[in-house]
Amino acid sequence: MILELAVNATVTTGAPTAIAYTSQDLVTNLLVFVMATFLGVELIRHVTRLLHTPLMALTNAISSVSMIAALIVMSETTDQTLLILATAGVALASTNIISGFILVERIVRLFKSKPKGKPAK
Amino acid sequence: MTLDPTYVLALYVAAVVLFILSLRFMSDVKTSRWGGRSAALGMAIGVAATLAAYQIQRVDLLIGAILIGFVVGTPIALRVATTALPQRTAVSQAFGSLAVALVGAAEFYDYHTTANTFTLSVLSAEMILGFLTFAGSCIAFAKLQELIPGRPFVYPGKNFVSIAILLVAAAIGVFLVAEPSQTFALPVMAVFALLFGFLLVMGIGGADMPTVIAILNAYTGMSAAALGFVLNNKLLIVAGSLDGSSGFVLALIMSQAMNRSFTNVLFGGVGAKVVKAEGGAAAAQARPVQSLSAGDVATILENARSVVIVPGYGMAVAQAQHTIKEVSDLLQEKGVDVKYGIHPVAGRMPGHMNVLLAEANVPYDQLWEMEKINPIFPETDVVIVVGANDVTNPAARTKPDSPLYGMPIMNVDKAKTVIFIKRSMSPGFSGSDNELFYLPNTWMVFGDAKKVLSDLVAALKAS
Repeated sequence: MILELAVNATVTTGAPTAIAYTSQDLVTNLLVFVMATFLGVELIRHVTRLLHTPLMALTNAISSVSMIAALIVMSETTDQTLLILATAGVALASTNIISGFILVERIVRLFKSKPKGKPAK
Repeated sequence: MTLDPTYVLALYVAAVVLFILSLRFMSDVKTSRWGGRSAALGMAIGVAATLAAYQIQRVDLLIGAILIGFVVGTPIALRVATTALPQRTAVSQAFGSLAVALVGAAEFYDYHTTANTFTLSVLSAEMILGFLTFAGSCIAFAKLQELIPGRPFVYPGKNFVSIAILLVAAAIGVFLVAEPSQTFALPVMAVFALLFGFLLVMGIGGADMPTVIAILNAYTGMSAAALGFVLNNKLLIVAGSLDGSSGFVLALIMSQAMNRSFTNVLFGGVGAKVVKAEGGAAAAQARPVQSLSAGDVATILENARSVVIVPGYGMAVAQAQHTIKEVSDLLQEKGVDVKYGIHPVAGRMPGHMNVLLAEANVPYDQLWEMEKINPIFPETDVVIVVGANDVTNPAARTKPDSPLYGMPIMNVDKAKTVIFIKRSMSPGFSGSDNELFYLPNTWMVFGDAKKVLSDLVAALKAS
């Protein structure tokens, strides 16, 4: 229903939006969303349970691509308040990205296979 | 000069491929080191392409913001203890969801005069989701860090009040879509969404945190994907939905491992069950159990051929993982086969126990999942349970009136001998008394897990 509503709104009002967005774009985006979700489910199901903790750090970092949205707002607005909101968004997202990827590397390195002849005390 | 949109899209495709590969690399420990690296490369490409396509005038603000990211992010990642990883995950979800909520708000103010109904609807939903996830993550952090009590905060009509608050937030969202110029309503909507997230996680107990953390993870991803719809940016949609589906799959695995539905975790009355069962547990204390000293345990272990260690959150609390490793090293020296059996909800977040044991240098091929270790228990000489309780309770299989009934458990009762290390006879999070304690093949060792295991190490060394 939301989809119908949205398509109608774009077609009938044809309001000039800041983002050039046609009903076709919307359908393509829905397709991308649906396919990525199904792919994500399959990928995550095959992740070994051993690595669920680093997986969460990884997906947290990946979802901080929202930084891109903040960058786009920063480039488009001249309003002081919006600039502050977007800059805060960039700071928060980049904190997540940087700490997320370092942490994944750190956790994954903890997992070792057979002991390399390490003498027990 | 800005980069041609076609090249930007091509670079986004490269970033998407790297993100997908990174999740693929996580399917095996051997390839997992490439997981983080390929995703980091994908992120760098995506951000660089965006910067090349959109000219940012205030480069000072941009550099400042990224610098903050480095200064705050690096020490968090390098210093956080592995026992504190659940808290760190909650903080990172708080950051991520606040970022999407703030950017959503900025976009609403920016586009509200020109955007269509669809964009405005998505923005409203995205802001509600972002703000409620932010508040929820903050409470999850406070509970995990034990700044506030972990037990669920319940009061009569709890779910009614929570849902009413969410409906108010949604109604304001609809109003904002209909009357976008009334921007004063936006902060009001944010307050109601924050309040809902606060109450939602306040009502959830500490033992349910693995599921909650996974659900909040999914919400953060969904709101990032929503931003992608608003900006017509496919990289955001793909990355957001990968994160969203990851969170939901993990939450599903966690709730299945507890034999509970999502709605039961989010709105269920586990707190009520604890109160009800307390009397029963107290009455049951009179039942006889057999107990042993650490020295006796050493003798039993030395004569065993196969030993399985079943750790739980109590092991992390007692910081006993390194001592466990010492015990298993000594046993292996004496020719005993040692494995670790890990229940999916052991710990405070998905996979937490594995990380703690890996840090204590336990090789990952000794870590066995529940489904793989359960058939082995009948042939196992000795099982040592450390800091786990509900996940070993045979009542889950045998007693239909138990709150645990139907939950997949570690079938440790099938082993020839069970050594149960525990401070007292108190029940687990579910409030149910553990039937395992009273079985003829179970021996209790009372005391702090780390202390008992250290005594065990000394006894094993002496013999």
